[in-house]
Amino acid sequence: MQDFSKFPLEIKGKNRPMVSFKKVRKAYGELVVLDNLDLDVAAGEMVSIIGPSGSGKTTVLRMLMTLEKINDGVIYVDGQPLTHMPKDDKLVWANQRYLRTRRADIGMCFQHFNLFPHMTALENCMEGPVQVLRISKQDARARSEELLEMVGMIDKKDEHPSRLSGGQQQRVAIARALAMRPKVMLFDEVTSALDPEVIGEVTHVIRKLVAAHNLTMLMVTHQMGFARDISDRVCFFYGGQIEEQGPPAELFGNPKKTRTQQFLSAVREAI
Amino acid sequence: MEWKWEFTWEILPRLVVATGNTLVAAGAGYAIAIVLGLVLALAQRAPSRVLTFIVREFVEFIRSTPLILQIFFVFYVAPQFGIRLSPWVSGMIAIGLHYSAYLSEVYRGGIESVAKGQWEAATALNMTALQKYRRIIIPQSIPPALAGMGNYLVGIFKDTPMLSVIGVAELIHTANAIGAEHYRFLEPYTLVGIIFLAISLPAAGFIRLFEIYVRRKIRL
Amino acid sequence: MTLFEFISTYWPRLLSGTGITVIQFFLAAALGVVISLGAGLMKLAPNRILRGFAITYIEIFRGTSLVVQLYWIFFVLPLLGVTIDKFTAGYLAVGMNIGAYGAELVRGGILSVPRGQWEAALAIGMSPAKRMRRIILPQALVNMLPPWGNLMIELLKGTALVSLISVADLMFESRQINASTYLSAQVFGAALLIYYILARFFVTPFMRWLEGFMARKIGREARGVGAN
Repeated sequence: MQDFSKFPLEIKGKNRPMVSFKKVRKAYGELVVLDNLDLDVAAGEMVSIIGPSGSGKTTVLRMLMTLEKINDGVIYVDGQPLTHMPKDDKLVWANQRYLRTRRADIGMCFQHFNLFPHMTALENCMEGPVQVLRISKQDARARSEELLEMVGMIDKKDEHPSRLSGGQQQRVAIARALAMRPKVMLFDEVTSALDPEVIGEVTHVIRKLVAAHNLTMLMVTHQMGFARDISDRVCFFYGGQIEEQGPPAELFGNPKKTRTQQFLSAVREAI
Repeated sequence: MEWKWEFTWEILPRLVVATGNTLVAAGAGYAIAIVLGLVLALAQRAPSRVLTFIVREFVEFIRSTPLILQIFFVFYVAPQFGIRLSPWVSGMIAIGLHYSAYLSEVYRGGIESVAKGQWEAATALNMTALQKYRRIIIPQSIPPALAGMGNYLVGIFKDTPMLSVIGVAELIHTANAIGAEHYRFLEPYTLVGIIFLAISLPAAGFIRLFEIYVRRKIRL
Repeated sequence: MTLFEFISTYWPRLLSGTGITVIQFFLAAALGVVISLGAGLMKLAPNRILRGFAITYIEIFRGTSLVVQLYWIFFVLPLLGVTIDKFTAGYLAVGMNIGAYGAELVRGGILSVPRGQWEAALAIGMSPAKRMRRIILPQALVNMLPPWGNLMIELLKGTALVSLISVADLMFESRQINASTYLSAQVFGAALLIYYILARFFVTPFMRWLEGFMARKIGREARGVGAN
């Protein structure tokens, strides 16, 4: 029986972080992916996660979406525990029912879009609001059409994913996630599977989101220029820990740690 | 021995009735197999390891032993436990059970053919397990499963002659009876073969068309 | 009577029945493999008559039931002047039936060999026969072996039907013992167990071994153990 008494039941206060990882540990058998991770993300903040492959960056997002269980520590979203639930004034591992109540705060976009192939773009966006949030079809349609308009996909709302390009699919996927009105949005390498010429249409949508909405966002990306442009903060992951973090101008312009310097110069070399 | 047309016309009505019985037997067996197969497939995905193991071994056992033996087993062993089953009922149970093992593999294949990302996207939309299966996974797993489901429908039809051993009046049973009454085997057995061909060949074609129709319908 | 007591009393008959089942299995398998290769290759032949013959054969044997085929071969062929003893009729029917299914596997296996292999063989000036034998078939064989594992189980189960024409296999002996002793649970339980052991611990492991062996022979990685 693990003891979580050193973690608070909830995080209070006006300036509490929207997302908070506290001493989070994740391992696959012997292989430790994340070790003792502490990370706070403020409400409305845009945080980019960069680092070499295998450094645990994607795992951070997947744990936050509860696609992966953590082995130790606690994750809080909007002050409430996500991976745990309070029981008799103590934290215990969350059960499925509790997770269902907490996941509503989080939306995610995937590297391979994962649109539902048997539904049109519009049906993809309406699925969550109608089935999960139980709002009326009319409202869901209005909400979805507005979002498809925002991502520039309203003309294609009745197309099935198989008829859309990668960039178009990813834009629909962003609209689908937003239709759930999450407080936190996760972008997991959303441009990695795209052809170079369509990356721009997806980054354009994300830029728009950053400019117009007060969403809290976490983004794993390999596009350093994009991360530098739009992030409030960049975290460099190495070996399951945050090796260095700071405002983009600082981290990209004047990295302090040797590993950060090596990684950034290797990435520049590749371009 | 020469083919006698007169005899052919004489026995044809009996064989047509027997064809009806055969189709009913195949349909009833298939209905059992379709439902039981889904139960077996979902049980193999249950979180309980013990349950998964038991169901897996059961499916493996059913699939590696002859149907005809299973028919005898159900028919003769059930009464020893005080359950009297008619030939029809024991036959349907045996065939349904046998093919449920095959269909569970078909369903399993269909479900496993759905990409992992679909489950994750459904989780990200905060769906319940039931919603995931009903709205996302099952609709996508049906088209890849249809070919297998159709093949086993034809398979059941072709295995119904085994029911003759416990006295179900399907085609072969009737042909046996006709042969014994008239001492003529050429016509009844040949006719039975032709009837099987005349049903199973178009059925296979029809199933293929149906598969294309469903694929188009849900646009996969 | 427990299953153990039953087996210790009736083992000689169960054993002789199992022996016949195993012999029928091997004869039908040998016949089935030969027919599969023949019909599978013929279905791919450029000659229309050969192709038509193969298609007719395959459709007839896959479109009707093994029981019907067995009865036809054993009861009807003699009326047409071809008399076959029951033992031969048994493995003949089972082998011919499996051969029709196997032919489709052979065809699929050959078609699964990439086009580049055909072209490469042509480029080094191989004759069509040599190309098939030395280049295409070995690769096709590796591709089609996994479904052959299932087909061999179907074949083993198919041999149980020879009991219907009184070949004294395991199924037949079980029915005889049942008729004279009424120990249905024991006798049919024992028979189920024997078929299961034959399938699970002999046929399947052998086919897995063969898959690995053939794959290594053409320098490919074998499938992982336990992969289905």
